Amino acid sequence: MNFSVIIYVIGAVLRVEGALMLLPGAVGLIYGEREAWSFFAVGAAAFLAGAVMCLGRGKRGELFAKEGFVSVALSWLFISLFGCVPFVINRDIPRFIDAFFETVSGFTTTGSSILRDVEALSHASLFWRSFTHWIGGMGVLVFLLMLLPFVGGAGLHLLRAESPGPQVGKAVPKLRQNAFVLYVIYTAMTVAEIAILVCGKMPLFDAVTAAFGTAGTGGFAVRNTSIASYSPFCQYTITVFMILFGMNFNAYYFILMRRVRQAARIEELRWYLGVIAAAVLAIFINTRHIFATAEQAFRSAFFHVGSVITTTGFAIRDYNDYPQFSKVILLLLMFIGACAGSTGGGIKVSRVVVMVKSAFAELLRVVHPRIVKKVRLDGKAIEHETLRSINTFLISYIAIFIVSLLIVSVDDFGMMTNFSAVAATINNIGPGFDLVGPAGNYASFSDLSKLTFCFDMLAGRLEVIPMLVLLNPVTWSRAIRLHRRSRQGK
Amino acid sequence: MNIIIIGAGKTGATLAEDLCGEGHNVTVLDTDQERLSQIGDEYDVLCMVGDGLNNADLSEAGIEDADVFIAVTGSDEQNLLSCLFAGKNPRCATIARVRNPMFLKENAFIRDRIGLSMIINPEYAAASEIARLLRFPSAIEINTFAKGRLEQLTFRIPEGSVLDGKNLTYVRTKIEKNLLVCSVERGGEFFIPSGHFELRTGDKVSIVIEPRVAQRFFRHIGIDTHKVPTAMIVGGGMMTHYLAEQLLNHGVGVKIIESDRARCEELSEKFPSAIVINGDATDKKLLLEEGVKETGAFVAISGIDEENILLSLFVKEVSGAKTVTKVNRIAFDSVIAKLDLDSVVYPRSITAEYILQFVRAKQNAVGSNVENLYKLIEDKVEALEFKIREDAPLIGVPLSEMKLKDNVLICGISRARRIIIPGGGDTIRAGDSVIVVTSHKHLNDVSDILA
Repeated sequence: MNFSVIIYVIGAVLRVEGALMLLPGAVGLIYGEREAWSFFAVGAAAFLAGAVMCLGRGKRGELFAKEGFVSVALSWLFISLFGCVPFVINRDIPRFIDAFFETVSGFTTTGSSILRDVEALSHASLFWRSFTHWIGGMGVLVFLLMLLPFVGGAGLHLLRAESPGPQVGKAVPKLRQNAFVLYVIYTAMTVAEIAILVCGKMPLFDAVTAAFGTAGTGGFAVRNTSIASYSPFCQYTITVFMILFGMNFNAYYFILMRRVRQAARIEELRWYLGVIAAAVLAIFINTRHIFATAEQAFRSAFFHVGSVITTTGFAIRDYNDYPQFSKVILLLLMFIGACAGSTGGGIKVSRVVVMVKSAFAELLRVVHPRIVKKVRLDGKAIEHETLRSINTFLISYIAIFIVSLLIVSVDDFGMMTNFSAVAATINNIGPGFDLVGPAGNYASFSDLSKLTFCFDMLAGRLEVIPMLVLLNPVTWSRAIRLHRRSRQGK
Repeated sequence: MNIIIIGAGKTGATLAEDLCGEGHNVTVLDTDQERLSQIGDEYDVLCMVGDGLNNADLSEAGIEDADVFIAVTGSDEQNLLSCLFAGKNPRCATIARVRNPMFLKENAFIRDRIGLSMIINPEYAAASEIARLLRFPSAIEINTFAKGRLEQLTFRIPEGSVLDGKNLTYVRTKIEKNLLVCSVERGGEFFIPSGHFELRTGDKVSIVIEPRVAQRFFRHIGIDTHKVPTAMIVGGGMMTHYLAEQLLNHGVGVKIIESDRARCEELSEKFPSAIVINGDATDKKLLLEEGVKETGAFVAISGIDEENILLSLFVKEVSGAKTVTKVNRIAFDSVIAKLDLDSVVYPRSITAEYILQFVRAKQNAVGSNVENLYKLIEDKVEALEFKIREDAPLIGVPLSEMKLKDNVLICGISRARRIIIPGGGDTIRAGDSVIVVTSHKHLNDVSDILA
């Protein structure tokens, strides 16, 4: 294990975070809040810590897949640790565990909250809460890749470890340019959404934070009622943007390059939109009787399907009163998640599609024992390696899910609460059902459960593997052995 | 004419034989001395050891005086490149064999850029022929003329058919007037029949007919005209690739059996709707497990002739499937013809047919051009399509007044958008395409049919 390079990467990430904390500080100044200083102070501390960690720059050395996974996992842990300190210092969220939960939830674009009264928070804290979504959505390290010149495959290892999806590839030959293109698209779409929301007569502060929440598919809102108090126009706008941010960003790149056909050929997109359409229709029919008008029923179905499948987690009403059928559909959508290469979480549409297809291929093998059947996506055969990694992902995912469910059930809440809480955190959605529904929050869980949720959120955002690499003794064994040997030598 | 052939493989040898038989000066160039000497011993051609990509070797083979240059080595790229070099002599027509499916869509572009006269793809041609056969499984052979607007169909008269015991005049007046019987094979003998000829059950009859009329006619004489619902293909080579593509496009279910795992994966990737089985087709249990008894057609096109023939014979025994068998070695065709195989496809002779038709067309600059050429009934009969030019001698003469050679039959005229199945009163005009069936070989010009 090459520690110096890992420390260097973490240091660089912290410096970026320190710089980004100036923004909530500035917002605090605008509103004349004294909470602003907590952000300036912590930002300076993070920047200094990062600068110190980057001192050993000379012996940076090689970065391989293992170091890539470890540094990504540790970076996310560190930015969450630093990110939660302002909340504690400025007494907006006095308990450290709660603040940490809230920050992890922010960076992982989950949107689960332990706050009972969001509106009591200072503007600076609210802004920072939403801004963490925006930072976490496209990824801190992808941002870093844009700034730092990594040699050779080093950058790709970081990109692979951080970006969601079974096959992480580049759209352009140069990694740096790739990261740049992603952030340009990301920023442009965010700005577009802010502009449309402001046109829809939403206050600027609300528009900015809502856009951050949408862009990162996070789900923190600045009102206790989430998005419910805004106009239908704003709600439709947010729905559409949620769905747009849940799409594979390669599609936007292709469209930008005037290769619209190539974008239309992405099979995952068609499945994604198909699933959305089917779910909206089913829920609309199933819940029509609850609402006064068809438009309200449709808006609610459209909004919540978009919110849940993209793993955003905004709400325009407490959907706990939905019929069971609709609730189960939403629960299933939580697991499917958004497209690979988007800012959303969950298992990802492409993985689900590949798994369903390979299940059919296996069924065919029963009829024709010696059949050769390649599973295809986008008209190309899926490599065996990819299939294997999808299987590994799924099994680790289920294992983490089960263990988490077991730990959380110690708190003795109802099954729907526990199950949906774990599902909502590991899939980075935010609200679940019953106690953790849109109107509820995660405050009543024990600290152990909250830490479990934090782990689930990080595991979900980084797609399980980096967190497991971090926990696997094999990763560290050689480093420990080397350490021991050097001590014996002395 | 002076013809240079690059590549002394099986196709090269067949071409050398055919072209030499037509009286051309043939030079064969190859890097393999042994294969060359085999050809040199057998046929009256000049053999030279050399590389088709080497300019010095090409000069030595006489590229400056060559009229036709044919590249049929095993590699597509080498064929194309040596044709490019042969293009240094602008009077020389170049023909390249290109088999890779990748190049198929770019054929026109390649031909244009390299300045080729013709690209031949025997696998594709053979696959198209098999696909035609499977769309109309009752036919033993199908050839197309006049850009597909006229077909020559060979079929066996089934038992209890209305055709049994009827003469040809009766067939044309009472059953279907838009059809012409051009050859009949009975017990190893063949005839180019006249109006009094009587058909019998078991005759192998070859007719010229329009595709849309064919449906009606065959239904009338009690022959099934439905395309096969499913096809089982043995062997996963290039031909299978082309065949699977065409069959799937026509909604025929395809099952491919291939023993090479990597090739199976390629095919499965290319054709997701086909069922690709990795196994040895000579394993009887495997064939039965994969439902050889229920399949509509069985196509044996693996690389081994013996295997193909044996499998087709086996399938004929256990099921009623239409069988198509690929045979590479032409030498034993008389034996194979005696076996109870439905359709036999010789890819090599398809290549030779294409090149012969080209060479003959190039040979006579005046009068008419050979547009199409097919060899029928073990090469004893040729069917040719001529394009009539303005100065051809038989323009305007009614067919009944033409003095034709024996065993020559004009069986179809394609004029503008119309197809004429000719009677005695019809005349030939400039611009027509005329289809002639004859047992005379080496017809170059339509005027050669006159006595």
